[in-house]
Amino acid sequence: MTRLIYDGTFEGLLTAIFEIYERKLNHVKMEKGEWYTSALFENLIKVNTDKVRASRVLKGLRQKLSAAGIQRLYIAHMAELENEDDIIVGFIRYAFDTPVNIEENYGNKYVMRISEIVGMMRREKHRMEAFVRFQKLKDDSFYAAVEPDFNVLPLLIKHFKSRYADQRWIIYDIKRSYGLYYNMHDTEFISLEFSAASHPGKVITAFCEDEGIYQHLWKNYFHSVNIPARKNTKLHLRHIPKRYWKHLTEKI
Amino acid sequence: MNVDRITEKLNILADAAKYDVSCASSGSKRKNEYKGLGNASNGICHSYTEDGRCVSLLKILLTNHCIFDCAYCVSRKSNDIQRAAFTVQEVVDLTINFYRRNYIEGLFLSSGIFKDADHTMERLVRIAKKLRTEHNFNGYIHLKSIPGASDELMREAGLYADRLSVNLEMPTEEGLKLLAPDKNRKDMIDPMSFLNKEIIQRAEEKKLFKKAPMFAPAGQSTQVIIGATPENDQQILQTASHFYKAFNLKRVYYSGYVPVLADKRLPGLDTSVPMVRENRLYQADWLLRFYGFKVNEIVNPQQPLLDLDIDPKLGWAIRNMQAFPVDINKADLQMILRVPGIGMQSAHKIVSARKFAKLSWDQLKKIGVAINRAKYFIVCKSNEFERRDLTGTRIKQFILAESKSKYLKSTPTQLSIF
Repeated sequence: MTRLIYDGTFEGLLTAIFEIYERKLNHVKMEKGEWYTSALFENLIKVNTDKVRASRVLKGLRQKLSAAGIQRLYIAHMAELENEDDIIVGFIRYAFDTPVNIEENYGNKYVMRISEIVGMMRREKHRMEAFVRFQKLKDDSFYAAVEPDFNVLPLLIKHFKSRYADQRWIIYDIKRSYGLYYNMHDTEFISLEFSAASHPGKVITAFCEDEGIYQHLWKNYFHSVNIPARKNTKLHLRHIPKRYWKHLTEKI
Repeated sequence: MNVDRITEKLNILADAAKYDVSCASSGSKRKNEYKGLGNASNGICHSYTEDGRCVSLLKILLTNHCIFDCAYCVSRKSNDIQRAAFTVQEVVDLTINFYRRNYIEGLFLSSGIFKDADHTMERLVRIAKKLRTEHNFNGYIHLKSIPGASDELMREAGLYADRLSVNLEMPTEEGLKLLAPDKNRKDMIDPMSFLNKEIIQRAEEKKLFKKAPMFAPAGQSTQVIIGATPENDQQILQTASHFYKAFNLKRVYYSGYVPVLADKRLPGLDTSVPMVRENRLYQADWLLRFYGFKVNEIVNPQQPLLDLDIDPKLGWAIRNMQAFPVDINKADLQMILRVPGIGMQSAHKIVSARKFAKLSWDQLKKIGVAINRAKYFIVCKSNEFERRDLTGTRIKQFILAESKSKYLKSTPTQLSIF
C-alpha cells in the first residue's frame, strides 16, 4: 500500500494518477494535506501538482470518457468527501484499463459511487437555486447568505448569472467564508470582512427601504397558501430540512 | 404603498387561489434576452408549505369577486366572505419584487369572473403583457384561460404566457351540472381546443422560422376535483387520458376536495381530504404518461377503484402474475419499467449497466431498486430467488407487513432480502 499525499486540487489528483502509472503502483491511498518528513519508514509519495502531467492525464481521459463524464468526476471531487478520492482514482484507473467507455456501467462500484456523489452534489446545487433568499441593500445590490452541505457555489454561477442579469448580487457561503459577486458583467469570487457587530447572516442595517415590506408580504403569502386540513409535517421536513431554515425568510 | 391594504389583499387573494393545485413551473424554454430579468426552463420549487406542497409561483387571484355560484368554490357569489381585487400595477410589483429576491419562479394568475369573461381575461392578459414588454420579465407566467373569452384575447394570452389552463373541476359533465349549474362543459372545452390548435400551428411556424414568437411554450393543463362528487377512479382516469390525448395536455391535476363549504350537494364539513386517493391517482397518471400503461390496465369495470393500500403498479403486477418473473438481464426496457419497485432512473441504469455484465441483487440494490417489492417479480444473476408459488394476494400481504415496519420506532438494522 502506497499513500499519496496531494494538495487537494483536481489538478493534483490528476498528477497523482500520472505518478501511479509511471511508478506502476498497485494499491494506493490518497490523502490530502501537508508533507511531514517524520514519516520516514512509511511508503509515502508526495505528489507535486504539475500542470503538464495533469493535462496529459486529462487528455487521456478525454479519449476514454465523454465530456459529461469528465465533468462528473470534477463535480465528485468538489464534494470534498472524506476518503472518497480513492473512489475517483479507482474510477479513473478503471476507465484507463478498460478498452471501452465505462461511465454507464452502474454495476461497477466506482461508477455507482461516483453517480451517488454527483447526485448529492446536484441535489445541493438545486437546493441552493431554490433556497437562496436575496435581500435588497441600500446600494440596490442583492445579498444572500447560504450554508450549503457541500461546496457548490461554483456550480451556481451559470444559473444565477443568466437569471438575474440586470441586478448586482452576492451569494455568500458563510460556512466556507467566500462568496460570488456579480457586477452585471462578470461573476467573481470574493471574501468579505465582517466585523463582529455585522455578522454576515444579519445585514438588516444595510437593507433598502422596502426590503422589510417585501419580506413581510412574502411571509404572509407563505402562510396564506397553506391548507391546514392537509397538514403533513413529515413531507414538509423532507422537502425543507431544518438546517436550511435560518436563511429562509419565510421560515425565520 | 399602503402596506396594510396590500397585505390584506394578498392574504385574501392567495388564500382564495390555493385550492388550485397546479404548481408546475417547468416545461418552458424562455431565455433571458438582452440582459432582462429571469428565465424559465426546468422549474424550481422555492419553498414548501406545512402541508408539504411546493411553492413555486406567486399564485393569486386578480379578484375573488365572482358572478358564478359554483358549490365547490370558496369564491362563489353566495358565500359571505371578504372580497378584494388587485390593480394591474400591484400584481406586477409583487411579481417583480418577489422574483428578484428568488422567492418564486414566476406568476400564476387566476381570477373570479367579474362582469364577464372578456373583461376578466383582458385584465389577466394586460398584466402578463406589462411584465413581458415593460419589465423585460422572462420568468414563468401561468394564466387561466377564462371560458367564454374571445379568441383574440386567448391568442394574445398565448403570446405572453408560458402555460394556460382551464379547470374542468368535475371529472364528468353530470358532476359539473350538479355543483356548477351556471357553467357547462362545452365552455371549458372550447378554449382548450382553440388553444391546442394554436399551439400546434405556432410550433409548426417556429420550426420554419426560428424568430417566430413562442406561443404558450409550456402548453396547457387542467384540474379535476376529487371526492366532491361520486365519480370513481376509472371515470376520473378515463377523463384524464382522454384530455391528454385530445388536447395534448401537459398535466392533469387531481385536487382532493377540501370541505370548506356547507352545502347539501357536497360532502360534510367533517369529511377528511382524500389525500391517499389523490396520491394513488397521481401515481396512476405517471404510469399512463411515462410507463407505457393503458387506462384499462390500471382500472377497469372489474377493478374500478385504485387500491389505497398499494401503489397502482404493484396492483397491476399482482393481478398479472403470468407476466412475471422478468429477467432483469434480458427483458426490454418497457417490461422492466413495469416491475414494482423499479423507477424510471433505475430502469435506465439497469439497461445501461447490463451491457457490461449481468447484474446481481447487490448491484440492483445499489442502483436504487426497491428490492422489498421487486424481489417477487424479477430474476437476476443469482441462484437465490423468491418462492415462485406465491399468489398475488400473498405477495401483497408480505409487502404490506414489511412496509409497516417503516413506521416502527426502532427499525431492524438490516433488511434481509430472503
